[in-house]
Amino acid sequence: MAEPRPVLQMTGIVKEFPGVRALSDVDFRLFPGEIHALMGENGAGKSTLIKVLTGVYSLDGGTITLDGRSVLFGSPLQAQQAGISTVYQEVNLCPNLSVAENIFIGREPTRMGRIQWKRMRKEAAELVDRLGLDIDVTAPLSSYPLAVQQLVAIVRSVGTGDSDGQGSGTKVLVLDEPTSSLDRDEVQELFRLMRRLKDEGVAILFVSHFLDQIYEICDRMTVLRNGTLVGEHMVADLDQVGLIQLMIGKALDQLEELHDQQLHSDVGETLLTAEGLGRTGGIAPFDLEIKKGEVLGLAGLLGSGRTELARLLFGADQPDSGKVTIGGKQLSMSAPNAAIGAGVAFCSENRKAEGLVPDLTVRENIILALQAARGWTRPIPVAQRDELVAKYIKALDIRPANPEARVGQLSGGNQQKVLLARWLITQPKLLILDEPTRGIDVGAKAEIQKLVVSLSEEGMSVLYIAAELEEVLRLSHTIGVLRDRRLVAQLANGPEITSSRIMETIASGEHQ
Amino acid sequence: MSTNSRWRALTHHHLFWPVAVLVFLLLVNVPFTPDFFSVKMTGGHLYGSLVSIVLFGSPLILVAVGMTVVIATGGIDLSVGAVVAITGALACSYISHQADQNALSGVLLAMGLGLLAAVVCGLWNGFLVARMGIQPIIATLIIMVAGRGVAQLITNGQIITINSDPYKLIGGGYWLTLPFSIFVVAVVVAVTVALTRRTALGLLIEAVGGNAEASRLVGIRSRRIKIMVYVFCALCAAVAGLMISSNTSAADGNNAGLWIELDAILAVVIGGTSLLGGRFSIGGTVVGALVIQTLTTTIYTIGVPTQTNLVFKAAVVIVVCLLQSPKFRAKVFGAKFGARFGAKGGAKPAVAETDTAASTDAAPKMEVS
Repeated sequence: MAEPRPVLQMTGIVKEFPGVRALSDVDFRLFPGEIHALMGENGAGKSTLIKVLTGVYSLDGGTITLDGRSVLFGSPLQAQQAGISTVYQEVNLCPNLSVAENIFIGREPTRMGRIQWKRMRKEAAELVDRLGLDIDVTAPLSSYPLAVQQLVAIVRSVGTGDSDGQGSGTKVLVLDEPTSSLDRDEVQELFRLMRRLKDEGVAILFVSHFLDQIYEICDRMTVLRNGTLVGEHMVADLDQVGLIQLMIGKALDQLEELHDQQLHSDVGETLLTAEGLGRTGGIAPFDLEIKKGEVLGLAGLLGSGRTELARLLFGADQPDSGKVTIGGKQLSMSAPNAAIGAGVAFCSENRKAEGLVPDLTVRENIILALQAARGWTRPIPVAQRDELVAKYIKALDIRPANPEARVGQLSGGNQQKVLLARWLITQPKLLILDEPTRGIDVGAKAEIQKLVVSLSEEGMSVLYIAAELEEVLRLSHTIGVLRDRRLVAQLANGPEITSSRIMETIASGEHQ
Repeated sequence: MSTNSRWRALTHHHLFWPVAVLVFLLLVNVPFTPDFFSVKMTGGHLYGSLVSIVLFGSPLILVAVGMTVVIATGGIDLSVGAVVAITGALACSYISHQADQNALSGVLLAMGLGLLAAVVCGLWNGFLVARMGIQPIIATLIIMVAGRGVAQLITNGQIITINSDPYKLIGGGYWLTLPFSIFVVAVVVAVTVALTRRTALGLLIEAVGGNAEASRLVGIRSRRIKIMVYVFCALCAAVAGLMISSNTSAADGNNAGLWIELDAILAVVIGGTSLLGGRFSIGGTVVGALVIQTLTTTIYTIGVPTQTNLVFKAAVVIVVCLLQSPKFRAKVFGAKFGARFGAKGGAKPAVAETDTAASTDAAPKMEVS
């Protein structure tokens, strides 16, 4: 069977960073009208390949052809002009501008040098409407939750070319983890849109850690491991187990093990109590109790108040009402310091904005919480510091295992591990993990979940937030169910608790 | 280790380009002043161009060192020039009212008064920035403008001259054959380095400047740190103010430390600290301040016509800022000298731009002369 000519062909791609060969001799091709998954663990080189393709990184070797012509993009703008649009994992928009401005930024409809605001708003509204989204395009982007911002980013990249005619539209759409912050319905909306674009002949490169999504939407996949090409397969020809084996290069026992794992029943006395804790616009007042060694999972749709609840407990936001007591002592909630002092640790869902200091090294990022607790006058002795850092880099398998590496240059999964290390080093009593597995590959996901289990066995309490219900179910002793910014139920986990039972609780929670 | 990789390590050191520019500027002087590098002993004092550069550059180094830690938190302090004026005015007017201007106790008290005023200014700046959440450029603008008025109130709009030998020592005296100012600068720099690198203060400052929200969530008391750096910066400016007024034995509320904030910001940037905050280098700032002072000296030695001084200085500053930009180096010299991590130098050029703009205003108005 004669295959159609690929719209994009990357051959022998090489990309090096100091001390790391991020990509070596990788081939990749993309056909018009297909959805192509790029698969691999964290640090396998997926993001690097995408950044090389879209002109963010320069190329150290290999060639890229687009529509049969050899191309080399010096900047993302050039790539975009050539018809390669990208939506990255983390939203790269201007939160202070309106939705319409964000959609049209850099290509505003103008007349004689003046921006046609009316036309821009109208076109933006039409575009948003066409995609079936209910968004006020005149509102500032920051007034929408992260998920909607992500959708706007996608709308923006899809909208490229619409304003200046059909011809120069998007040929290749790169979606790097677009679904990691979307809930089920939003994912379906995105998929509907992807299918439409596919029918129009757009080639879509899709990166997601949700295997079910890959199998639902993709036609073909390319698998990378440690910066090298493992293979290209039709999705229909490769089952999930086979795919995972290709990705991690070994059999799947690690994951299987986790599925069979029994939750330990050794839950101790009460560690933390929240009474009537609430914040207007955040979450309605709730009561909550977390016991020593307990994993409390929070289930609920995106925007149901999961994150808000966690932030209140930690003092990241100031509550309007209620109080939090830990070990019998009431916390002052004006800043996170009191909670930190009482042994609470918080890993934000927003690694980039609220977690890491990208300019600092892995070592500095890891010791930051401990150092902050000690105060500036008492630096951690160098020998002790290096030993601690080395220990956690090894324990969490942070790669590259170089404490001097700048955190900004690590892959998403490794950044998450650095964040975890930062808090684990302080030996907290309660670890709050907000979406710790978002944007992380299967292997690292399993590692982090196993870590949660073993930490709770050692007596640490964990508040675990995840979008995947199965994940919450697998790990939690108790499941807090949220709906519409209200904690509607707390269910003790057991054989009778299933995803569908939780879904029912979410659905019926309205009147409780 | 091969010569090649050693060379690579050297060119990638964060002080390489500032030092290279400094050495180049120093060498430029040699054809015009053949004995530029010679240092002579006259009457128990060392004299020479190198000594003068450090001496005349002392106030700028002090102010720039304070500015560095403020900039590292993502802030900026425009009020340093005014603090220089206030400190000098307070100290001189106090001494001028003394019966015996040479009494050591009176001089010490005068200096204490000046430093105290600086602490008040620093607390005010820190309060506005850290507590009230006012943008640093606006918050410090208040004292930048009002402070000069205060200085003139203190001096009644006059230039106060004094005649005090102990006071004269700070900015005009000699100790162990070297100008006393050099020792003051050395102590301040050493204390700053020790404070920031021997304790965890440097790390916490860099964390606050690198990601303020993450720092808050990790439990760093960033307000306290911000207030500290503004107070520290004002104290540095105060020492510079004492030095400048001591050197001339006069307090000039109008002109003391005029535009020194701009030169200080420039020195910080030449030294490789980003105006966006985060990573900072005290060593780089000292080199940066010396570059500016050497440039001023060079302009005089090679005889640039007075009316083209500013243009000449601006041109040099543009070149320095371009050399500092990894993107520019990669374009001109090839990847060898370029950014270590591909096209990641995005932040630097923006910094350079801001500064070339500021530098054209930053006239060579060093007070000590």
